[in-house]
This record gives sequence, structure tokens and C-alpha cells, in this order.
Amino acid sequence: MPAVQETVEQVRSIDVDQYKYGFFTDIESEKAPKGLDEDTVRFISAKKGEPEWLLEWRLDAFRRWQTMPEPKWARVDYPPIPYQELYYYAAPKQKAGPKSIDEIDPEILATYEKLGIPLRERDALLGIESTGGSKVAVDAVFDSVSVATTFKEELAKAGVIFMPISEAVREHPELVKKYLGSVVPVTDNFFATLNSAVFSDGSFVYIPKGVRCPMELSTYFRINERNTGQFERTLIIADEGSYVSYLEGCTAPMRDENQLHAAVVELVALADAEIKYSTVQNWYPGDSEGKGGIFNFVTKRGDCRGDRSKISWTQVETGSAITWKYPSCILRGDESQGEFYSIAISNGRQQVDSGTKMIHLGKNTSSRIISKGIAAGRSDNTYRGLVSAHRKATNARNFTNCDSLLIGDQCGAHTVPYIESKNASAHFEHEATTSKISEDQLFYCRQRGLDPEEATALIVNGFVKDVLQQLPMEFAVEAQKLISVSLEGSVG
Amino acid sequence: MAMLDIDNLHAKIEGEDGKEILKGLSLKVNPGEVHAIMGPNGSGKSTLSYILAGKDDYEVTEGTVTLNGEDLLDMEIDERAAKGVFLAFQYPIEVPGVATMTFLRSALNAQRKKRGEEEISTPDFLRLVREKAAGLGISQDMLKRGVNVGFSGGEKKRAEILQMAILEPKIAILDETDSGLDIDALKIVSEGVNALRSPERGMIVITHYQRLLNHIVPDFVHVMHKGRIVRSGGKELALELEANGYAEYQQDAA
Repeated sequence: MPAVQETVEQVRSIDVDQYKYGFFTDIESEKAPKGLDEDTVRFISAKKGEPEWLLEWRLDAFRRWQTMPEPKWARVDYPPIPYQELYYYAAPKQKAGPKSIDEIDPEILATYEKLGIPLRERDALLGIESTGGSKVAVDAVFDSVSVATTFKEELAKAGVIFMPISEAVREHPELVKKYLGSVVPVTDNFFATLNSAVFSDGSFVYIPKGVRCPMELSTYFRINERNTGQFERTLIIADEGSYVSYLEGCTAPMRDENQLHAAVVELVALADAEIKYSTVQNWYPGDSEGKGGIFNFVTKRGDCRGDRSKISWTQVETGSAITWKYPSCILRGDESQGEFYSIAISNGRQQVDSGTKMIHLGKNTSSRIISKGIAAGRSDNTYRGLVSAHRKATNARNFTNCDSLLIGDQCGAHTVPYIESKNASAHFEHEATTSKISEDQLFYCRQRGLDPEEATALIVNGFVKDVLQQLPMEFAVEAQKLISVSLEGSVG
Repeated sequence: MAMLDIDNLHAKIEGEDGKEILKGLSLKVNPGEVHAIMGPNGSGKSTLSYILAGKDDYEVTEGTVTLNGEDLLDMEIDERAAKGVFLAFQYPIEVPGVATMTFLRSALNAQRKKRGEEEISTPDFLRLVREKAAGLGISQDMLKRGVNVGFSGGEKKRAEILQMAILEPKIAILDETDSGLDIDALKIVSEGVNALRSPERGMIVITHYQRLLNHIVPDFVHVMHKGRIVRSGGKELALELEANGYAEYQQDAA
């Protein structure tokens, strides 16, 4: 863990209330009129130049959304969301569809640089070796539109499609039509249905049969505009025998009001395919008194559609005022595997209700859940998970381990596991622990020379080690820093 | 001036009704000296070690402690460590998921930074650990395991001595380092400690039994009882205690 020292310096250099990514970029943008009605949906669809079938799909979603109640079962408490006061579409003003990095507004590029996400293709063009060794192709989404996708040509050589979903609708309509909404149906839940009506952009990935994607694919989401919601939609299809590792990161400016983020991610793994999906979520969490911050209501689901397919979710959740998120796996194919590795950190007044669902449908399916929740400050952190085996899921296996760590005595950690088995041969194991960073541990570390923040960072990094190991290298280092920064001000 | 100068130290357990544990303890330790503190259970030996290290649960009500002329009691726990105070714990604490190697390196670099020194380079650090670990019979595998997690009693104590060897303190306090050790482990640990005796370093060896002092031969032996040092002498005092026990002191006090 050599990153610890660096981490701690970073922790020191910022204040409790200073969110490093909290700047706002002043660029002109084009917005849809405030509020949401059928015209808004038509406006978005027209902006994207969508075919009729997609507009109808959106309108159908919108009509259904109007009849649905907002879910209230999660252990989170927030004021009513003023859906009619939001902007549902905001795009940086520029000629449609940048052809290359050069055409992107330099302000936007500067924003991504500030975030530490150089759109690396430019480096490659200039002949600069990427520091991490391995190449990462990046798709950057700014408010509602995708501004740049890198390494397109190199990916195309392998037959990999990686592009904004709005572009995929035009260029690969047959794939989009076949898979969109096939994992998370239009009517799945309130927030997913809202997303289906108004989603503006996101990434689309298709890995052809037998192809091992030659590099990590990555999307960075940035909310910039005031009062806008971000509704991205990601669709990843791994055809038979293929493999892809996909990373996403998210940040937003600091604002006093809350902003809504309601994304949908759908993954489809066909026979013998594997998808590894990693998230580092660092939306603005609000200040220490709970003012501002992102409301993060996200539906993520993977369908292990083919036999022996595998989907693995890894998430590091440190941001957002409210997190409502349950990346799930439907284990449809025989011998398919689902994994969920999670680190969820809450501090200040943050509220996290997150977990997973592992739905065992096929024979000899297996799943594994490792969840590490860390609560500090006056936050609440809930793990909510469902493991179920259906009648035909002979020999379904699950192992669940949920550990919670409390820092201080004003926070809460909760574990809500649901287990359902309709097949007697299912074998489900559940382990859960809740612990506090003990005074003895802190004293021991400090006696060896670590200050309270260094000591806490070290102990927490030890606590989450099992999950950090699941992240791709570059992300693991980033995540480790983020963890320490998130816990700033939680001790002493 | 002594390196470590404890003068008329009074301390109680924190809180309003906190019991007074140290009742006017004085001790001077010079560089190169090894002082053994012996005494019956409950005499305040471990409390003394915690107070020197700066544990929060105690309150000093009277007296002073200086390290090379600086007020030790005014320093934070980690500041004391950086100034050279090391406590080998009677019951070393587990830190799951943090490899011993990582822990050692973080601690060493934290101390060096506080002293305004450069961080140690990776090759230098690895060399240092390999050399010190070999002498204590600590395997590379053990260094990769979580700090004290799943260590046997002997392994924990050896790991403490390894930490001491890496951190090179000015004043080392060994709290009941012999407890829970069989004779072979005791020998390894003692050899480790003896290897760290140096003209620049002072040591306080706290023990209930004389047997440790056969291996780590002290320059001075002090008998502690009811929060004070009631008798001091040379290494032969330990043998006398071994023969007669602590009864004499307990009766005196009664």
C-alpha cells in the first residue's frame, strides 16, 4: 500500500467541506425547456435525431412513469424531488458530433484534465507513453452528451464497438433495438422508467464473438449545469466467448441544491462471455451539514444470458448525498457466475442504501457477494441484498460476506439480507460483521508514529482490501486515495 | 541531565472518580542503560508504560517527564514516537488486512517525515527488513500477513521486536515481553532485544518474573509497588526477589 502516504498528504491538503471536484466549468450550453412532459421527451429524441421506434419507446416509458409512485422502501430520507423544476437535457453548445479531440471545446478538455482524466488519445497522438502501461479507451459524458470517445480506430480493428449510445442508435440500430430494455425493462422501477423516457447519452459497447477486448473501456460522467439531471444509459453486450473490462467514474460541481442522477446500466453476457464492470462513484456528497449533493438513483443489472457466462460488479461508492443502487445479476445460463464487490463509504450526512441482487435461474449457478460498508460522521449506511434460487436452479451456490465498520458514535450501519430459495439443493452462506475502529488499534498505530488520519486510513484500507484487489490497477490506486479523502474529518 | 527523566509522577485513570495509580514515581534513564522494573500485579507497571506512550485513558495530576529536556507529556502519541519513544506491547493489537510489511513502512516513513527526513527508498527498506527479520526468525510469509492477525504468542512478540529494530527508538519500553513465551521463544526475543542494546539507546524492561532478566541482563533493577519505586539496586536485586518474592513489600505497605 505505498499509496497511503500520498493519500494522507492529499487528505491534509483539503478541508472537510472541500470537495476536490467541486468546480464549475463556464461553457455555453443548450438546454431543453425546464420541466418534463411529452414535448420534453420529443425534444430530446429530436435533438438526437432518433428513429420513430425509439421515440415511441420513450413516450411509452414516460406515460407509464406518470402512473408510478416513487419507491419509499429504502432507508434514506430526502425532500421531495421537484421533477418539474429540473432540466432534462443540457448539451455543451457546439457543432454536432465532434469528429476528433481537436473539435472539442477546450474548456471541456480542461475540465477533464482537472479531474485527472486526460482524454488519452491525445497523448497517444503526441506519442506520449501512457503512464499506467496499459491503454484505456475513454468515453467522456458531459451533462447530457458524450463529448469524446478515444481509441475508436484501434478498437474497430478488433471489431469492438465503443461509442455514445446516441450514435449507436444510428449506426447499429439492430443491436440497440435487440438489447435495449432487455435487461432492465421500461417498467422496471420508477427511476429506470424515468431514465427510459429522458435518457440522453451514455456508452454503448459490443464485443464480438470470441474477442478479448484489447484494452480497458472507460466512461467518465460529469454533471456541470445547474438544475440538470443526468440520465445516462449504458448498454454493454459481450457476445459468445468474449471478454471486456469496463470502468466508470463520476464527479459533479459543488452546488447548494440537490441534483438528480438516475442512470440505467444493462449488461448482457452470452455463452462463455465475461463482463467486468467497475465503478468509482464520487458525485458531490453535499457539505458537512447535508446541504446540496447528488441524489443518485441508479439501476444496474447484468444478465448472464448464456451458459458459463460471468458478470462481475465492483464498486467504490464514496460520493452522493443519497445513494440508491443495487447492481444485480440474473444468472440465467447454466453454470453462470455473478459477483458483487462493494466498498460503500458514507461521511457527513450522506445516506447510502446499496447492495445487490443475485437471481439464480440456471443450474449450477454461483454467486459471490463481498460488501464493505464504512460509516463515519452522522451518516447512515445500509447493505440491502437479495439472493434467490428459483425452482430449476439446481445446485445454486452463494457466498455472502457483509462487513460494516463504524467510525465515531453518531453514524449507523445496517444489513438487510433477503434470502429466498425454491430449490432444496441451493446452498447459500451469509456472514456479517459490524465493528468499530477500536481505540486500541488507533493507539497502537499512533504509538508507531502514524497520526490519527494516517492511522484511520491504514486501518480502513486494510478493512476494504479484499474488494480493492478486485479493481483494475489504475483504479485501485485512485480508489484508495478517494477512501482516505472521503473519511477526512471523521476522527479526532 | 538524564535522557528520560521521570520526576514525582502522579497519574490517575481518566474521569472524576478515577483511581490514582502512580503516586510519585521517579526514574532517570541514561543512554545505554537498561532498567528493569519489577513488581507484583497491580503495582502500576503497565500504566507507567501507557502514560509514557501517551495513551488517552490516564490523567497526569502531578510531576514531569522529559525526554532529552523536552516535555514529553505535552506531546501527541505519534509525536512521542517520532521523538524516539517505543512501546513493545504486552498484548500486540491486530490490524486486519494491513500487511506487516506495509505497516512497518508506513510507520517508519511517518516518523521520518515528522523528523524532517526523507522517506526511505523501497530497495533500502526491503533490505533493512530482510536483514532484521532474518535475525528474529521471521519469514517473508509472516511479513505479508495482516499485522498480528493469526500470529502465535511468540510470533507477536518477535514482530514487536522487529518493529523496534526497524524504528530504532531512543527509549524502548518492553511491557511484559516475556509473557506467553516458551523458553525457546524467550531466547529468540531476548537475543533480538540484546542486539538492540546500544550506547545511544535506553531501555525499560517491565516484568513480573526474574527469568527474562537471565537473558536480558539489566544495569539497574527497580521494585515498583503501589505506584512508586520502593527499592532500586543492581541486577542482583532481581535474584533476591526471585528467592524471596514480593511478600516483603506487600507486608511493608499493609
